[in-house]
Amino acid sequence: MSMTLAPVCDAEAPIARVNPVAKLAAAAAVSTTALIASDWLTPLLLLTALLATVPFSGLRLGELARRLRWLWFAAATVVVVNAVFAAEQTGRILIDFGPLTIGTDALLDGTAIGLRVCVAATAGVLGFATTDPTDLADALTQQLRTPARFTLGALAALRLMPLLGAEWRQITSARRARGLEGGWNPVRRVHLFASTMFALLVGAIRRAGRLAAAMDARGFDSAIPRTHAREQRMRPADWVVIAAALAVCAASVAVSAAYGVFTAFN
Amino acid sequence: MIPVEFRGFAWRHAGRRAQAVTGVDLRVEPGERVLLLGPSGSGKSTLLAALAGLLTEDSGEQDGDVLIDGQPATGQRDRVGILFQDPETQLVMARSGDDVAFGLENQAVPRDRIWPRVHESLEAVGFPYAIDRATHALSGGEQQRLALAGVLARRPDLILLDEPTANLDPEGARDVREALRTALADTQATLIVVEHRVAEILDLVDRVIALGPGGALIADGPAAAVLAEHGDHLAAQGVWVPGVPLPTRPSASAGDTALRGESLTLVHPGTDTPALDDVSFELRQGELLAVTGPNGSGKSTLALLAGGLVKPTRGRSTVPGEPRPLHRLPARRLATRVGSVFQDPEHQFVTSTVKDELAFGPRQAGWPKDRVETRVAELLERLRLAPLANANPHTLSGGEARRLSVAGALAAAPGVLLLDEPTFGQDRRTWGELVDLTADIRDEGTALLAVTHDRDFAAALAGRELVLGKGRIAEEIRR
Repeated sequence: MSMTLAPVCDAEAPIARVNPVAKLAAAAAVSTTALIASDWLTPLLLLTALLATVPFSGLRLGELARRLRWLWFAAATVVVVNAVFAAEQTGRILIDFGPLTIGTDALLDGTAIGLRVCVAATAGVLGFATTDPTDLADALTQQLRTPARFTLGALAALRLMPLLGAEWRQITSARRARGLEGGWNPVRRVHLFASTMFALLVGAIRRAGRLAAAMDARGFDSAIPRTHAREQRMRPADWVVIAAALAVCAASVAVSAAYGVFTAFN
Repeated sequence: MIPVEFRGFAWRHAGRRAQAVTGVDLRVEPGERVLLLGPSGSGKSTLLAALAGLLTEDSGEQDGDVLIDGQPATGQRDRVGILFQDPETQLVMARSGDDVAFGLENQAVPRDRIWPRVHESLEAVGFPYAIDRATHALSGGEQQRLALAGVLARRPDLILLDEPTANLDPEGARDVREALRTALADTQATLIVVEHRVAEILDLVDRVIALGPGGALIADGPAAAVLAEHGDHLAAQGVWVPGVPLPTRPSASAGDTALRGESLTLVHPGTDTPALDDVSFELRQGELLAVTGPNGSGKSTLALLAGGLVKPTRGRSTVPGEPRPLHRLPARRLATRVGSVFQDPEHQFVTSTVKDELAFGPRQAGWPKDRVETRVAELLERLRLAPLANANPHTLSGGEARRLSVAGALAAAPGVLLLDEPTFGQDRRTWGELVDLTADIRDEGTALLAVTHDRDFAAALAGRELVLGKGRIAEEIRR
């Protein structure tokens, strides 16, 4: 029943073992390249490269597809909307049906935008689905020297998230018992949603306060610099991952340019 | 082993007018094991928080001194460990071993010395799993033992326990007490415990300090002497003093059927094993049916399905004179048929004054104005809430909030009342009030079902007991 935020992949898979900060850098490089390029070929090449890494992620295909379905659906919507509502329909006209006109140029532009969304989404999901939040926090504090107060505080708050779902169901039942229910009246539903959300927030803030006190009681606010129980290091393999990501980005841009379609910042 | 001392200590929480404690003078010698007793509002938790160094300048106003080994407590945090009530909000990390390591990292213990200490502490509390066990998959009792390991790993000279078993079911509480017993035998640390349930931890302490309202000293001395001399007074103040008999309110004969559960079954989506599996029962006017069983046996699920709050996968719950099953009734009609009282009273409060809270159900049911007013006045009087009529429900004490949630569920005069752990975590005085209140409601002819771990509560009130195990009825006991 309860949802968890642990990674869903095989922990021994090559990508799962990469330092989280290296994964973050690689995903950022790929996404940034995809967002800067505005042609259709660059993001297509990047997406192909990302999908080629899936076998090394330890993710089951079904699980990956489940996580990506809404993001890809969003990307498909972006393609359709951009193709249909383009300012001018130029190029070869593919569809001309009453008010609906779609030309090749608009379709290519739409596809380019949709592919960019796909690249960013896939890179993000591949990165997060193969990373344990604890490892990410460790790497952030050890490699990027982010403040422990912020990083571990966020991690502890994340641990309390699954409780909110159970609490929401409890509050809803408790309110039905009091005679409060949205029913078919949309105004009442919105009102009830707001008041349930408020009750949930009050509870969450109270819990967060107790958790903060418990953390401080165990010396979290002590002035001495913390040590790290779990070591995260940048190994040569992690640098290779970052280098490989940069190389793929450069190659995609180069191929696209050689093919004569590369454009950027559009 | 360090001494602890309060000198003329007073504390006022920021935003409150009254002081939580006033003029406290106490000294605890190195290595002493002290039980701190007192009713709600005697400031026990405030004293522990002060020792744990958690009362900082921005959280209130202090007079006098709190000294640990002669130094102000706020600077001695590394020598003090505190275990709180709620296991859920003490754990920081996703994996058990990491959680114990958290406190050691804060103490700047080098990595190669962290893990041996983690293993050692987990062993000391009898933690039964590997160190990578997910903390969210642990039961309440296991989580609390893990939190205790986190305290012990830091090797504190002073250990503070703030009602460490109050939020646990009986099995979990027993395991935690067992862990405490073993762990404390291995340490020389000074110990201060706050606990209402005295009998269970008496063998862990050698001195009892009893406090009255505002932290005033009532008694201080060896446990046996203090309890012999002040036992009755302390029991009247809400302390669970062993040997002081509890009231019982046996029931008269039960009347007609007031609620019928037929083959109630609930399978959560995505799971195979039902949370509740084909449970049928009848509830009669003027009786209290206790539903008992270990955690996860489906007790609370039974209350939700019987009360028409959750749609059953199979089966139905009905009341006479209502052709539709309860889960299909509109909420405002349901509230006039069956009242449900949840474990956390605050989840049920939907208005901003006690008075409105009581008027809410009747108004929803469309009662005329003067009838609503009469009903509210009657309930305020009966449940001794009249002086609080205009107070905000969220500012009430635990016992008052509990009484209000019962009164709110009763307001629209349903014939059936379902209670989920009504006495959970209450002190003895509130417990007695709840037993009397429940017995009165029952004897007026209301049919009651109470999900409970509390053996004493069931013994005091129940005519029948339904024991659940793994979602099914394991046994029905008649008294």
